[in-house]
Amino acid sequence: MGGVRVADGKGIRKSMAEAGTKKNRPLSPHLQIWRWGPHMLVSILHRVSGSGLAFAGLGLLLWWLGALASGPAAYESFAGWVWADLGTLDWSGTGILTGLVKLILKIVVVGISWSFFTHMSSGLRHFVLDIGAGFELGVNRLGSILAPVAGILLTVAFWAILLLR
Amino acid sequence: MGNGTSIGRVRGLGSAKSGAHHWLLQRFTAIGNLLLVLWLVVSILMLPNLHYASVIEWIVKPVPATAMALLVISTFWHARLGLQVVVEDYVHEHANKFACIAALNLAAFGGAAFGVFCIIRLALGAHA
Ligand code: HEM
Ligand code: HEM
Repeated sequence: MGGVRVADGKGIRKSMAEAGTKKNRPLSPHLQIWRWGPHMLVSILHRVSGSGLAFAGLGLLLWWLGALASGPAAYESFAGWVWADLGTLDWSGTGILTGLVKLILKIVVVGISWSFFTHMSSGLRHFVLDIGAGFELGVNRLGSILAPVAGILLTVAFWAILLLR
Repeated sequence: MGNGTSIGRVRGLGSAKSGAHHWLLQRFTAIGNLLLVLWLVVSILMLPNLHYASVIEWIVKPVPATAMALLVISTFWHARLGLQVVVEDYVHEHANKFACIAALNLAAFGGAAFGVFCIIRLALGAHA
């Protein structure tokens, strides 16, 4: 990571070697102290997207399968919640509440698709690292930038194909 | 755990001897997820629309139904393994960790069972 940097408490960044006396050294590394790099981002994104998929993604999958197995009326209700026709929403009274929930569910559905493609890309990066490849500094950094970018591009491509077909 | 001798303090805290197996299963199920979820993504994109009739017509066929059942098993297994690591990283108190892992196992097995049951019910013709 090219020199671990520490803040000296006054917002000034120094290298570890010149961090001064024992007294004003941080007692333990703390999240804010590290200079963020794409490697940390891809690491935490893998965890966030994996956990998001596990809770929201698998939840939605079961809701979908349960609705299908329960018949057309249940499926209509499912579709009306997760992918409501925005034009038909009634923004008055309790309609405001259901409208908001339906808007949030749309964001959740798009978020799940983004989580999958992002988690898939960083998961493939895990496979490369698992076989011992891609540890050269430049290559490793490039991979950790490409993975989240690929995740976004695949998400855009998915929705473009789905909505424009 | 004893708190007397140094050997007594660390006894039983070593490797659980199952880490490599967990790691490998996470990879096997990841490969399963990769194939099966990409198959689901492509299938969804190839359906004419996502109305009840179109989805039913597709999902009740033997190959899609089998693949969906495998998808449910692979994703739930993978998520159970993955969330176990997340719990172990963030929940330190022994009893809380035990409760979290127990709840995770219940949710994973229950969820997967429900998903597979729905698919079998659809595939065996219990739909309008
Ligand atoms: C210089 C600072 C950091 C160091 C030295 C460091 C070191 C490590 C190490 C040694 C591991 C274990 C790797 C493994 O299990 O194979 C790890 C895992 C992890 N770190 Fe960091 N880390 C740093 C910063 C961060 C930051 C800023 C975040 C996010 C906020 C982060 C999030 C994670 C996550 C989510 C994991 C588990 C991911 C996985 O198993 O793939 N780390 N880190
Ligand atoms: C779509 C359903 C999926 C769900 C619900 C899911 C969920 C998760 C969760 C919760 C974790 C734990 C994250 C952590 O420890 O930080 C994880 C880890 C992992 N996932 Fe997935 N995942 C899915 C798909 C995939 C796919 C398609 C791949 C491969 C391309 C993949 C590859 C991995 C790998 C390699 C790990 C282990 C990372 C490590 O050792 O730190 N996953 N997944």
